[in-house]
Amino acid sequence: MMLSQPPEALILAAILIPFIGALLIPVFHRVPNMRESVTLATAGALFLTVLGLLGPVLAGARPEALSIEVVPGLTLAFKVEPLGMLFALVASALWIVNSIYSIGYMRGNDEPRQTSYYVCFAVALGSTIGIAFAKNLFTLFLFYEALTLSTYPLVAHKANAEAIRGGRIYLLLLLGTSLVLLLPAIVLTWALAGTIEFTPGGILEGKASGAVIGLLLALYAFGIGKAALMPLHFWLPAAMVAPTPVSALLHAVAVVKAGVFAIVKVVVYVFGLDALRASGQGSWLIYVAGATVILASLVALRQDNLKKLLAYSTVSQLSYVVLAAAILTPISMVGAALHIAAHAVSKITLFFAAGSIYTAAHKTEISEMKGIGRRMPWTMGAFAIGALSMIGVPPTAGFLGKWFMLTGAMQTSQWFVVGVIVLSTLLNAGYFLPIVVTAFLREPDNNPHGEHHAHGEAPWPIVLALTATAIGTLALFWLPDIPLALARSMLEK
Amino acid sequence: MRFDVVQHLPALQVVIPLLGAVLAAFLRRGIVAWGLASVVTGLMPLIAGGLLWQVLQAGPISYHLGGWPPPWGIEYRVDVLNAFVLLLVSAVSAVMMPFARRSVAFEIEGDKQASFYSMYLLCLTGLLGITITGDAFNAFVFLEISSLSTYVLIAMGRDRRALLAAYQYLIMGTIGATFYVIGVGLLYLVTGSLNMVDIASRLGPASAEHFRPIVVALAFLTVGVSLKLALFPLHVWLPNAYAFAPSFATAFLAATATKVAVYLFIRIFFSIFGIAVSLESLRVCDVLLALSVAAMFIASVLAVYEQNLKRMLAYSSVAQIGYITFGIGLANQNGLTGGAVHLFNHALMKGALFLALGAVLYRAGTVKLAELGGIGRRMPLTFAAFVIAGLGIIGTPGTAGFISKWYLALGALDQGRWPLVFLIVASSLIALVYIGRVVEVAYFRATSEAAEKASDPPWNMLVPILVLAVATVYFGFFTELSAGIAAKAAQTLIGGLK
Repeated sequence: MMLSQPPEALILAAILIPFIGALLIPVFHRVPNMRESVTLATAGALFLTVLGLLGPVLAGARPEALSIEVVPGLTLAFKVEPLGMLFALVASALWIVNSIYSIGYMRGNDEPRQTSYYVCFAVALGSTIGIAFAKNLFTLFLFYEALTLSTYPLVAHKANAEAIRGGRIYLLLLLGTSLVLLLPAIVLTWALAGTIEFTPGGILEGKASGAVIGLLLALYAFGIGKAALMPLHFWLPAAMVAPTPVSALLHAVAVVKAGVFAIVKVVVYVFGLDALRASGQGSWLIYVAGATVILASLVALRQDNLKKLLAYSTVSQLSYVVLAAAILTPISMVGAALHIAAHAVSKITLFFAAGSIYTAAHKTEISEMKGIGRRMPWTMGAFAIGALSMIGVPPTAGFLGKWFMLTGAMQTSQWFVVGVIVLSTLLNAGYFLPIVVTAFLREPDNNPHGEHHAHGEAPWPIVLALTATAIGTLALFWLPDIPLALARSMLEK
Repeated sequence: MRFDVVQHLPALQVVIPLLGAVLAAFLRRGIVAWGLASVVTGLMPLIAGGLLWQVLQAGPISYHLGGWPPPWGIEYRVDVLNAFVLLLVSAVSAVMMPFARRSVAFEIEGDKQASFYSMYLLCLTGLLGITITGDAFNAFVFLEISSLSTYVLIAMGRDRRALLAAYQYLIMGTIGATFYVIGVGLLYLVTGSLNMVDIASRLGPASAEHFRPIVVALAFLTVGVSLKLALFPLHVWLPNAYAFAPSFATAFLAATATKVAVYLFIRIFFSIFGIAVSLESLRVCDVLLALSVAAMFIASVLAVYEQNLKRMLAYSSVAQIGYITFGIGLANQNGLTGGAVHLFNHALMKGALFLALGAVLYRAGTVKLAELGGIGRRMPLTFAAFVIAGLGIIGTPGTAGFISKWYLALGALDQGRWPLVFLIVASSLIALVYIGRVVEVAYFRATSEAAEKASDPPWNMLVPILVLAVATVYFGFFTELSAGIAAKAAQTLIGGLK
């Protein structure tokens, strides 16, 4: 039924469904089972709606919906192009899994304020879809801010001093960078190009001098703080105080991917690959992104807190996408798109595992996890798969993106990039493999306190969710056709 | 002879509230006076809407009071700009009226309530009068009417410090009015006229001979009106006045009084001096920009450190007025549109914020931030409105405040002054800090004693707050009535510049 709707209706439905869900969830405030059913139904409906758009987009259509001119230059409008399609597909599919996981985690840990938690989650997903389907910079900016605002209560959820501080950093850094850098970039783009619509081939070609292009690129790269380019990355480790499902879906998938997605969109559809290469202003971005990849990995090496380690790993992996975009070759762009999907499904697996350990064993530090794999084989098995994908070992999804990035870098003789990818692969192995080894091969400490001793696996919704994403990590390696097709058609003019 | 209501709308806009004020002074019971004030206030947007519609259809209206033709008689002159301001002032007041009943009954003693409404109507008369009149001296009279009634409104605050605040404002306001009348006097000496259009047409020819008195007149008028609109650093009366006045009076004044003063400022700048002599030769725009930027930053920082939320919002008002005067100082199409539309948007947002605080005072008995932990959870709808209006102040997209900033930024770019763009956005970051601070305490701190007993206020207080909050979002997407009309007004004003 849903698949036969005209694409325009599907786009509007995809934007509205999560917000409708957000309105319905509080109605069942006192009936948790109904409340969670609403979340699951909303997530399911959203995924089917987004899926309904896949066919037309793969067939070459670029469906559009809505066009409200707010003031001249600012139009609220949606248009589905391949990269946005891929992003929306990944986010909405993982929302279903994450909702199942959330139920297990929030109940297992007896978290307070669950209704507002699910409401904020739904709003965040609606904003994510809005970002994915934005037709122009204004629409993207609008939902980008909405995503920050709706995830702030989730970061500060625990309402203790640490959570409040984390939320403060989160809000100030993300809203701050977007208001102070991204907004002027959009104003400047409008003033220069007379349009802020995403257009294949870019809109700035011949409209501005090299120096202005360079300035704009810097404003966009750092203004989109969600991409966590160093030195504006520290909101992400701070956001780890949030409940783990938030870290899993929002701070490994929706929020951070919205950042790199926006950067890729701006590079491809605002600057244009050819125009940016011709201006010669993009090369510094390679070094900033490359440095972020390496430095974040080095910091990750020193972490004992598992979620912090995963956060720095995310910072590093995000910059792969920026790096791939900065190489400015079509094939590396394909790598960037693939990596968005691959990192999403692998990193959510890792966070699911971290939350599973926290729920079952109440452990957060890696040094406490000796031998935990024997008690929690499903959790740590899934963790191992996610970790291999982070390193980029076949047959996991992480290999694909890296392969295309390396190919792109070698084709253009970007040996710095090749070096970064190789070195960071070693570093990734250096901080992920010891965790797997600790979990499976080390003898557990003789627990002197005896507390939480007799634990097994986490509640079944958690195990179900992390198994599903681990399988997804493997499946994406064998069946990359859809993301690959979407990534390739992104570059057709 | 048949009395044609439509033809006399301009006079009715002022006469009805004036009569209402007199009538209210004879009433005893607060609730009756409230009813009267509500009916009168409710009529105002209808009249203003009618005037705006007429102006958009048929161009400016010139109404000769008592049938005396200008420049001898007093002319009420309505064009797009002041029809826009009239509608804003009257509509916001009308939306707020339902809130007044309980809030005023709570904060003001029973036997003084009727005179409160009398003073409120008198103040409304003055504000609408300043806006509608085309006569510089008549504007002074209305300025005094609104100021005197404002002193009384402020002094009625239940905190005894309200008396001091009112006295402080009395001194400053009197200085402002004196400066204004000196400016008008100088213009009269040079041109022999008090009618604004007439002054503008005579000033140009006279400027060759009397350039210095004209500059001095502009200086006096600027300082005088700047005192009324609380342009930094002439804002010192405002924080205390807003902090200690009754909640309804604060919301009403914040949304309307400074806006009307800004309107008068625009009028003097663009419709009198701008037409006669080039503003650039007077070098006033750069001074205005510098003061505006100072207001945007210094007042915002002061707001960050303020514990009393009413005073925090008052400082925020000073900063936001800086945005409006910034747009005026840019003196180009986009900039002036931004200033004018922010005049509109800020009235909605600050109205919502001050009303929300009024509700907090009504329910929790305090507006000190430290005593309001967890209040957002106890008053969910009130604080939802507070957050939305606060986002408008920060200027996030999807709120009216973003539209203002967009135009202001474009205006700065049009002048080729791109560093100003960064100043605009950087100051909104400070707004994020002071609004975020409240959100943090209201939602994430442990529930305080004061918050424990609080809940959302009764619907007649809640609805005005929610209406203004919804308007903040509405005018972030549908701007025909706000930015559309502001752009038209700016076009007329900029088009007339020499």
